[in-house]
Amino acid sequence: MATVSTALPKRRATVPVRKPGAARSRVLLFADIVGLSPTLLLYGLFIVIPVFFAIFLSFTSWNVVGPLRWVGFSNWSRFFSDQGAHHALLVTFELVALSWLVETPLAMALGLFIAGRQRYRAIYAAIYLLPLLLSTAGIALMWEGLFSPDFGGLAWFSFHLHISFLNQNWLGDPSITLYVVVVIIAWQFVPFHALIYQAGRRSIPRELDEAARVDGATIAQTFRYITLPQLRYTIVTSSMLIIVGSLTYFDIIFILTQGGPGDTTRVLSLYMYDSGFLQTEFGYASVLAVVLAVIGIAVALLLIRVTGFGRMDSGREGIS
Amino acid sequence: MSATGLAPAAPENVTIEPTSARIERRRQKSLAGAVRAPRLARFLAFLLGTVWLVIVLVPIYYMVLASFRTQGEYLTGNPWLPTGGLSLSSYSTVLSATGIAVDFRNSAILTLAAIVIVVLFSLGAAYRIVRRGSRFAAVSFRLILFGLAVPIQAIIIPIFIIVVKMHLYDTLIAVILAASASLIAVAVLLMVNYVRAIPVELFDAMTVDGAGEWTVFIRLVWPMARPVLAVVSIFAGLGAWNNFLLPLILTQSASTNVLPIGLYLVASTSQYGVDVPVVMAAVLLSVLPLVVLYFGLRRQFVQGLGGLAIR
Repeated sequence: MATVSTALPKRRATVPVRKPGAARSRVLLFADIVGLSPTLLLYGLFIVIPVFFAIFLSFTSWNVVGPLRWVGFSNWSRFFSDQGAHHALLVTFELVALSWLVETPLAMALGLFIAGRQRYRAIYAAIYLLPLLLSTAGIALMWEGLFSPDFGGLAWFSFHLHISFLNQNWLGDPSITLYVVVVIIAWQFVPFHALIYQAGRRSIPRELDEAARVDGATIAQTFRYITLPQLRYTIVTSSMLIIVGSLTYFDIIFILTQGGPGDTTRVLSLYMYDSGFLQTEFGYASVLAVVLAVIGIAVALLLIRVTGFGRMDSGREGIS
Repeated sequence: MSATGLAPAAPENVTIEPTSARIERRRQKSLAGAVRAPRLARFLAFLLGTVWLVIVLVPIYYMVLASFRTQGEYLTGNPWLPTGGLSLSSYSTVLSATGIAVDFRNSAILTLAAIVIVVLFSLGAAYRIVRRGSRFAAVSFRLILFGLAVPIQAIIIPIFIIVVKMHLYDTLIAVILAASASLIAVAVLLMVNYVRAIPVELFDAMTVDGAGEWTVFIRLVWPMARPVLAVVSIFAGLGAWNNFLLPLILTQSASTNVLPIGLYLVASTSQYGVDVPVVMAAVLLSVLPLVVLYFGLRRQFVQGLGGLAIR
């Protein structure tokens, strides 16, 4: 009977359960099952099973109504020769790269700005967060009104103030639509990343700033040698969220452009939606879904690897 | 202090001030408040901050102004200035004709149900994970963390098929369950971090007094977790209220539309064509409850949004 207690995992000192005898550990196991099973059921049914189901489906041919057929790797070989999929991948990478390039410096600058304790900056920060309350559908419609080529707010400037630059077919000109989408996504998400940078800046120990000041460092030097190195985990976190987030970005593009004009904004997630829910080729769409997930997870792991994000202990070097 | 006060015309005086006094003064300054950047840097920061403020507010201002126009005025008038009078007609159009009342009700049901499910389930799970009573809890936690890496777009097809097979397609229940599942991993993580911070002595004291696991949960964990309940509720509520993909895939009829879908349909159906003021009024009505809550509970909102950072 005593062996039951040794089978328990090693417990750290956080919340020890007192001297679990056999009866006691049965009680604990029962409590664990009661406490965890609602979460696990929901989670298993809608997250864990779908992950394996998606991989399984990628080897089948199915349109939901008809019978499910095992087709081996034919969906996968189709993916490797599908020009549409390659183009979607390219557009997705463009969107990811542009989003990162636009959002990171802006978010960092604004994050440092709202990390200041001045009262007006707190008020600014409160207003910055307003876009996060709007649904993506709402944001898309708002910008659609602004960008409308005939009666939109920007078109008005070009007609009445003769700023012809503003008279563009913002959402219909193949050469600029992707950039417009990047700008709208940045409008929505830069404040959120600024919030991350604000928290990162505020957690830098005051002693480091003081040391720099006592040594007579200029503000540029302080930024280069104190702020930037100390923010590196914040940069990784924010970059990871931007990259993984824009890899799977769907809502704005679905509502505003439907992938167009042509296929200039047809990202992978939209291509997957079209293959699955418009052409009901769930097998092939699942290939695209698996590719999406694999790229996302690979990027996250790579960033963690390259930057040593996992080794949290080194984050405080130079202190104490 | 006195050195600069005595000779304001000769700034060189500052440099002959004893070093120790200078350091002391700086130390006190830094103790008093924020790190002081040079005036030019502070001005540039102010400029940058204000530019972004304008960028945030201009589209919102445009939307608010357009929503108080009639379609005719919007097309002919100046869209940037409130000339030619304002009207509430687009709001009455939205409220009376577009079925947005149904969407609103559905969104409210979805959001409240998702909040209740996510908060109760994740607190129960977090309590057991922190308690470390059995191996089962540890394994479960690892499984939940694994799911944080999975983007919902990548598993939307299996979710759709499972919902169809469960005969839940085109029901709010399907959206409620799927949305809750997509939010629960982060919620568990937020809760675990919080429950872990409850002092061990409190658990010990209760256990020594003979309290069972259930009593500890009801009398200790639940009351202590109040602040994080608000944070998780806001995180889950925002995630559910603004979700677009799940209701898009899992529902189709007008009676199960939620607000984001309703907005999308208002804008894309020919029934209203490009009646921009009506669309803008609908968007503003949909965000109004959140704005009211936001200015009431700003701190909890910021923490709840921080939860999104984990995703």
